[in-house]
Parts: sequence; structure tokens; C-alpha cells
Amino acid sequence: MKLFTSRDQQLPVTGSTKKDGTLWSLKERLFLGLSFDGYKQQMLRNPVNWFLFAILVVGLPLLLQRYGFGLGSVTHGSNDYPWGLVLGFGLFAMVPLSASGFLLGTTVCLFGRKDFHPIERLALLNGLLGYFFAVIYLEVDLGMPWRLPYPMVVSFGTGAVLFLVAWHVATYLSVQIAEVLPALFEWLDKPEWTYYIKRVTLGLTVAGIILSTLHQGALGALFTYAPAKIHPLWISTEFQWIHFLCSAIFAGLAMVIVSSTLIIKFLHWRCGKAFRENLDYMTIGLAKGASYAMITYLVIKLVAIAHDRNWEYLLTGWGLYYLLEIGIAVVLPMIMFAKGARDGWVGLIRVGAFITVIGIVWNRLNTSLVCFNWQMYQEIPHWKEVWLTVTLYAFYFITYRFIVYRLPIVFDWKESEK
Amino acid sequence: MPDKITRRSILKGGVAGSIASLLFRPKSSKAHQIKAYQNSMGVLVDLTRCVGCRSCEAACNAEQNMPEPAKPFTDMSVFDEGAHGHKRRTDETTLTVVNKYDVPGLDHPLFRKIQCNHCQEPACLTSCFVAAYTKTPEGAVIYNADVCVGCRTCMIACPFYIPTFKYSSAFDPKIVKCIFCYDTRLKYGQPPACVEACPQEALTFGKRKDLLKIGRRRIVDNKDKYEDHIYGEFEAGGTSWLYLSSVPFEKVGFDMTLPHQPILDSVKNFLGMVPMVLTIWPALFTGFHLLATRKEPHAKDENTTKQEVGE
Ligand code: SF4
Ligand code: SF4
Ligand code: SF4
Repeated sequence: MKLFTSRDQQLPVTGSTKKDGTLWSLKERLFLGLSFDGYKQQMLRNPVNWFLFAILVVGLPLLLQRYGFGLGSVTHGSNDYPWGLVLGFGLFAMVPLSASGFLLGTTVCLFGRKDFHPIERLALLNGLLGYFFAVIYLEVDLGMPWRLPYPMVVSFGTGAVLFLVAWHVATYLSVQIAEVLPALFEWLDKPEWTYYIKRVTLGLTVAGIILSTLHQGALGALFTYAPAKIHPLWISTEFQWIHFLCSAIFAGLAMVIVSSTLIIKFLHWRCGKAFRENLDYMTIGLAKGASYAMITYLVIKLVAIAHDRNWEYLLTGWGLYYLLEIGIAVVLPMIMFAKGARDGWVGLIRVGAFITVIGIVWNRLNTSLVCFNWQMYQEIPHWKEVWLTVTLYAFYFITYRFIVYRLPIVFDWKESEK
Repeated sequence: MPDKITRRSILKGGVAGSIASLLFRPKSSKAHQIKAYQNSMGVLVDLTRCVGCRSCEAACNAEQNMPEPAKPFTDMSVFDEGAHGHKRRTDETTLTVVNKYDVPGLDHPLFRKIQCNHCQEPACLTSCFVAAYTKTPEGAVIYNADVCVGCRTCMIACPFYIPTFKYSSAFDPKIVKCIFCYDTRLKYGQPPACVEACPQEALTFGKRKDLLKIGRRRIVDNKDKYEDHIYGEFEAGGTSWLYLSSVPFEKVGFDMTLPHQPILDSVKNFLGMVPMVLTIWPALFTGFHLLATRKEPHAKDENTTKQEVGE
């Protein structure tokens, strides 16, 4: 795409009208202002697409196999590990990494920090897609995916934590759609449609905070159903929900840093002026926020160990593994964030953000798989399950990129003068 | 169900109320003592009497119309099977399993039958978000496959690793577990098939409260024979199936680290704070908003932020 944008003065599409004042047609908008052949060319030239293609070639048949022959045909179908990689990653890691929407919404809308406005939409989109794909992962992992709406309409297990998760994720998904819709409306030349959404933005934001607090915490609380199965260092019945909520804060912030880094590096042509000029400043701000959340997290982790009197576990092999996780996934990036924020080293912050994102995935997989049934045996996921997980992530990536390419997420839409 | 105000249903009210209070007002959730069904039935399993004949497995297989196993029920080599270096467990074709334990210092092996313990405060039931499980007044914990979504939280929650999932089916999967022969027997006051099949009277069917008395009497009358503990009296809030053993329970595969409170108790911390978040957060954050944005009234046009970079 870079090649085309430098060749053609009109590109990329950043507003409703071309240079000569005519409107971009919908088809042109979809093809990024290129001809079909031009679009195909840029697609084929991008090595990332070939990589994605390779994943899908194997992944799509696996997906068919899952729906045609059951979960047992693509996983180990373990009764000891009912939740495998698909859920451990797709639900328990995707959701905290998507906390970005409510965090930036709160920062900008609620606390009036307009200086973060240029990255707000990216954070909202990141949130929306993360949740949406968490549901997709769920749809692959549920035994009866066609019954997904049952907890809403057919039978209510109102006392169950998952009931709360289901309702909140569904509600929050609609909130996030409402928050991202303005970008779509602008792109469709219907800015007037955003009027009603703009009026309730504050309400949406507050709803987002409540729902996020509760379901991020609820994902942690789900594990308190298995107090005797998970290694005591990874489960604290009192504090689990706070651990998950607090780590979701820095996870979400780090994910926006990662996403914006990739966009500014590889999609530079797509970035608007405000985004380009303020990104370093905003990255530093996000890192500051993340490092505060991390130190809080470390403190409550410590409180949990003290409260449950788990000190002696720290001296075992599991304890070392625990300290390794805390050290690499939290302490290290925290120091990088703090140092980077103080000295203005944005590069350091970005590396730290990558580590944080991987660290969160690691933590959630530790809780749901590695340290689950710690007294029994280790479940190594079936390769097909691993591949399926990656395939769904590839879909996530493709959708993400598709939207960022087109909608005014990291640039401002120049509307036509009517 | 008017007289079923258990702690469970009060907690239910708690979360249901919480969700409703998005629109209405919250209710608080309170912890209560377990109020189990007074006439709940149960089975007392005496490990000292079990000889590992697997008759109960065979009877269960027939009663519940399960597929014929690869090896006949008379084949004792299965005791050495079991995956991942562990004993055999229940799966989608087996609701109950007998395992053999060689206990050091004992000249004969011990056998232990496992199946659903029909908890008084079942973790599987409380964790299911479509209420697929029911605890009947007779004590059985039964399951309704018509509403199950297949999330498998109940399998996570069961502290005894009992419910299994029919992973092999794409279009009609379901949870498979022992139902105390509820449909065919318990409902009519009859003992379950496995109990009836036992040639050694290792399994005693009766009211749970009577079984506790019987168990205690056996312990008192044979001081050197039994461990002074009835497994299931308190574990995970108490179970309808109870066990007596002659050796420390952990030596025959019982999990002695289980809390004596119901599993639900460890989830309560979270459930309790739900109404608070729902009531306090809106006011709190709207207040924050007013405080934080007061200085710049009507900051116009968010679209053109040209902020100074850095400080
Ligand atoms: S033993 Fe497990 S499956 Fe049976 S009632 Fe208790 S929690 Fe449920
Ligand atoms: S698998 Fe079915 S029965 Fe078990 S918790 Fe999920 S919906 Fe309920
Ligand atoms: S009670 Fe019935 S279903 Fe349960 S193990 Fe015995 S025979 Fe099988």
C-alpha cells in the first residue's frame, strides 16, 4: 500500500471526496481507492498475507472438522482439563487484552483528558474486536454453540458467575459497537447518525466501566470454582477477581501500545496528523498508567500470598515458576515503563508493552492450564487445537487490519462540503 | 418451590438482583448455613468390604444403557489402565469406576468405587449458568441435557472430577454423569442398580442421616479397623455418598485437601461485591467526571486535538 500512496497523490482515502470534488464510491472506499487489479497486487505483494494464507489453509479444514465431527476430533477431549487452549487463550487472555476500550473511554470522556483523543478510537476498536473474537473463540469451544443465547432467553442459572459474564459481555459488546459506530457512520458519509450516540457517550462510558469491572473480575472468579484444583499461588479465593481486574488494566493499555506501534510502523500511510504527532506523548502517558496498575497488582499479589499464608510454596519449584512469571511478565516491563516514561524512551516502552501482552497470556494460561490440576499431570494441547487457536487469531488480525485500513480510526475523516 | 429457600437460592437472588439492579435496585447476598433436604437419601461405601468384583460397574452400565465396554466387566486387568499415570476415571461411557489401591503395609489391595457423590451443595449445580442441574429432595443431582450449552464449567467446579463431556459428538454432545438412578429407581424409593448388585454389601442405601449413624457405629464398634472419619460428612459441604476406610483416606485416592465448606463459599467474595459495584460505581464515576472536567467547560470539538507533545 505504501507504494501506491507515494505514487498516487489522492491516496490514501482520507475523506469523502477526491481531489476533483467528486465522491469516492463505496466500491472505491472498500478497495482503498485502488482499482481491483491494484488492490490484488498490493495484497499479493504483502508477505504477511502469504503467512496468513498458510495458517488458513490448514486451519479452515480443522474448523470444519470441529463442527462436523465434534470437539473430540480436534482436541484431546480431556475430562480433567475441560477448558483447553481455545478458551484459555481466546476468552481468558483476549478479554483482558481488550480492556483498552473502557480504559481510554474513561480517560478521554470521563476524566476529560482530551490529549488522548487521537488514540481513543483505536482503543475502542481494539476493545470491540477483542470481545467479539472472544465470543468467536467461545463459539468454537462450546459443546453446543447453537445454544449460545440460552442463558439470555431459555434458562437462567442466575447464581452462576458465568451467567454474569455472559450477560455482561453481551451488553458490553453492544456498548462497544455503539462507541465504534461513529467511525463507520463518518466513513459512510452519514455523520448526522452519530448525533444520538454522542449524546449518550457519558452513559455508555460509565456503563462500560461497570460492566468491565464486573466481568473482568468475574473471569477471575470463575477459577474460584476450582479452589482445590489450581496451585495456591495462582488462586486466591478472596482476591482472584481483583487480580484479574487489575492485570486487565495494564494488559489493555499495553495492547493499545502494541497495536499503535504496529500501525505506526507498518501502516504509516494510514495515520493521521494528530495520531502521528501525538503518539509518542500518548504512549508515554499509557505507560505511566500501566506502571501504576502494575505496582498495584504486585502489592495485591503479595497481600494474597500473605493472606493465604502461601510463603512456603515460594521455595518449591512451582514457587520459582511463579516468581519467574511475576519477574518477567510484570516487574521487568514495569521497570521498562517507568524508565521509559521518565526519560522519554518510547522504544523501551514499546518493547515493554510487547512483553506485557505476552506476559498476560502466559498468566492466564498458567491459571487455566499449566497450574490447573497441578497435582495431577500436565495437559499438552493437541496440535490441532493449537492451530485452531492460531487460525482464529489470524481472523482477528485480518478483521482488525481491514477496519484500520478503511475506517477513520487513526486519522480524521474529512467530510465533503455539501 | 416455596420451601426451598436454601443459601443457594438466596445467592441466586443476589446475582439475579444484581443484574436486575442495572435497571432497578440491588439486593444484597447473604451467607447462610447449608439447609440440606432432611430426607435426602445416600449410600455408605465401606472400603473394607469391597472386593473389586466390578459388579456395580456392570449393573450401572446396564441400568443406564451405556455402550458395551471394550473389555468385559469380569476382566480385572483394567485396574492397571488409566491414563497419565493416574487411576481410571469416569468418562462419557462410564458413570462409575472401581479402582485398586495397593497400600504399603497391607497384605491385600483396597478398592474404591467412584461416581457422583451427590453433594448437598453441588458445585456443578451452582456453577451452571443455565441451571441444567437440579438437586432433588431425594438427594440426587440430576442434569437436563436440553438446556446445557456445553461450557463445561460444571466439570471445572466439581471437586471430585465426576462430570464428563461427550466430546465425541458434534451434534448431540452432553454432560454424562451418575444420576443416582433417579429416573428409574430413586424416584420410586428403590436403591440404585449398583447398590443392589453388590454381593458384599459394601454399599448401603438409606437416608443420609441414618447412614451417618451407621457409619459412626461401625467406627466405634471396630476401633482398630476403621479410620475415625466418614468421608463426605463435611467435605465440600457434605455429600450424599459417604465412605468408610481402614487406611488414611489419602492413601486410597481421596482428596483430603478439600475445604469443608461448599465450593460456592469461595466464589462468594466476588458475588458479594457485585451489587456494590453496580450501585456505587455510577455515582462515583459520574462524580469523577464532573470534578475532572469542571475546569474546561464545554471543551468544544474533540476532533481537532493538537496537543503539545511531551512536557
Ligand atoms: S460430586 Fe461433582 S458432579 Fe456430583 S453433585 Fe458433587 S459437584 Fe456435582
Ligand atoms: S456444560 Fe452444561 S451443565 Fe455444565 S455448566 Fe455448562 S451449561 Fe451447565
Ligand atoms: S447410582 Fe445408578 S447411575 Fe450412579 S453409579 Fe450407581 S448405578 Fe450408576
